[in-house]
Amino acid sequence: APAASGAEGRGGMASLRRGRRTFLPPLRRSFAGRGCQLAPDRGAKCRDAAPSRISRFCPPTTSCCDWIGPPDKYSNLRPVHFYIPENESPLEQKLRELRQDTQEWNQQFWANQNLTFSKEKEEFIHSTLKAKGLELRTESGQRATLNAEEMAAFYERFLSKNFQKHMCYNREWYKRNFAITFFMGKVALERIWNKLRPKQKKTCN
Amino acid sequence: MAASPHALSSRLLTGWAGGCVWYFERRTIQESPHKFMHLFRNANKRWITFQHFNFLKRMYVTQLNRSLNQQVKPKPEPLASPFLEKTSSGRAKPEIREMRPLSSPSVSLSRKPHERELMELESASIIEGSANVGKETKDDKQWKEMKLCVDDLPGILARLSKIKLTALVVSTTSAGFALAPGPFDWPCFLLTSVGTGLASCAANSINQFFEVPFDSNMNRTKNRPLVRGQISPLLAVSFATCCAVPGVALLTWGVNPLTGALGVFNIFLYTCCYTPLKRISIANTWVGAVVGAIPPVMGWTAATGSLDAGAFLLGGILYSWQFPHFNALSWGLREDYSRGGYCMMSVTHPALCRRVALRHCLALVALSAAAPVLDVTTWTFPVISLPINLYISYLGFRFYVDADRSSSRKLFFCSLWHLPLLLLLMLTCKRGCGTDGAAAS
Repeated sequence: APAASGAEGRGGMASLRRGRRTFLPPLRRSFAGRGCQLAPDRGAKCRDAAPSRISRFCPPTTSCCDWIGPPDKYSNLRPVHFYIPENESPLEQKLRELRQDTQEWNQQFWANQNLTFSKEKEEFIHSTLKAKGLELRTESGQRATLNAEEMAAFYERFLSKNFQKHMCYNREWYKRNFAITFFMGKVALERIWNKLRPKQKKTCN
Repeated sequence: MAASPHALSSRLLTGWAGGCVWYFERRTIQESPHKFMHLFRNANKRWITFQHFNFLKRMYVTQLNRSLNQQVKPKPEPLASPFLEKTSSGRAKPEIREMRPLSSPSVSLSRKPHERELMELESASIIEGSANVGKETKDDKQWKEMKLCVDDLPGILARLSKIKLTALVVSTTSAGFALAPGPFDWPCFLLTSVGTGLASCAANSINQFFEVPFDSNMNRTKNRPLVRGQISPLLAVSFATCCAVPGVALLTWGVNPLTGALGVFNIFLYTCCYTPLKRISIANTWVGAVVGAIPPVMGWTAATGSLDAGAFLLGGILYSWQFPHFNALSWGLREDYSRGGYCMMSVTHPALCRRVALRHCLALVALSAAAPVLDVTTWTFPVISLPINLYISYLGFRFYVDADRSSSRKLFFCSLWHLPLLLLLMLTCKRGCGTDGAAAS
């Protein structure tokens, strides 16, 4: 937990990469290791473009768009598989890398957040039930639970505990969101400019 | 019973607005039957509760099944942006909770009722999210191309701008316009409505643009266009700009600068104050209440060109109404707020939450009594609105004392029909109409 909050608090890509190594390995193990089943050239491109978390997915070779997947089980965020065109300009590359990095960063934060929430909620329920002298399971074998009012104390505590973490996250998220949108605008303008001035566009085979 | 042009226009307006909402409601029903059938088939959801709502003409019929899971159709609510906005972005609908097994840390969004939860009065799940479950589960498992399909664009933009909520914001603006003294000017009225509608679309789009990762984690909001990647953030911002600029221009030059200024201020307040503040401090609720209060004030200033006492009264009524509405709803969403990092009174200051809700229910009684004093309505209005004001205050009191899910839901559902009815009564008791046996203007 200290490493995670430190990583998120410092912001910035470099520190996040350091933080990522602490937290992504368990997630990487879940998702990595599945190679692409498609044509080798596309497969190579898949491996280059996609973060390991979504390496199991490869879009069809004929597609030249990004692809978006179902919500992640831990973070509830939808992963995006980015398409890399052959004639990707430096600006487009910068945008893609920013989006990829933001995706990883968001994934890490929310997966961690949701898992921590679940874990602490279970611990709270356990300790409260123990304090009340109740069993963890009812007679029918179902897990015992607390009602909303009893859980309220936990919700309040969890929110206060994570307040600073959310503040850092919010700031970073707003910065990244604006940056991504700004670069999208620049890329769009660049493409329009290239279309209007075809002679100067670099042609590719 | 003089049928002055203004009285006639007010009646037409009432009919129009009612028809408008009726239309939206019917569309929702027509779009959703297959979803409802799916829900009927689903063994876990045995009862469906429908709430039908007509903004000005009819009351919702609520059937609450106390022992089983319930779901509610999304209703067009005549409340200002922040609270439905809070509904949509800041809070998931109260859901049927699942007991997660210890071994699995999954925070799956599909939940099964637990027997203990069933025994308690269960919170309703607003259908917009859960009704989509049947359709979305299939979509959810697939990877999709992030290509903008032009055919889908109107639907996507409608969802991005929260068109139903916008329609209701426009309705409250219309109510403000109609309640203002002076002759009813149809062109001005239309310009105000369109301008306000565009401003609301812009504000809602920017809100969704800011809240993508948070919306992903809340059940009701997880199917929004930006969350699902149906539209890029750049396009969302461009759309917002393309709505805000003409909207504000219409209001400033087509109506009057005061209304335009209020429009700009409201967009700013909503996107730059309320939205970030939701994650910083509980003060967001009060800011949001102001955002909701401004549209009827805009309607009034569009008609009269000035901020009279009547404008503030209308704004005050909408402002006070927000609290029982939102605080009651937020009571059942504490888990999602806590997990998502939203600072809401229901999580951090529960006693304050209930106290404020009750206080503002009582304020509605006082404000209704102030209406004839300020020459907005006749004295008939406080008398005939007293029953509904007392009823909502009673439910507010029950919520304050009981502090449980059942009382919070009752208060919430009451607020849904209370406001349109109150505004309707105001319109019929408007000073100067010369109708309903009221005092002569």
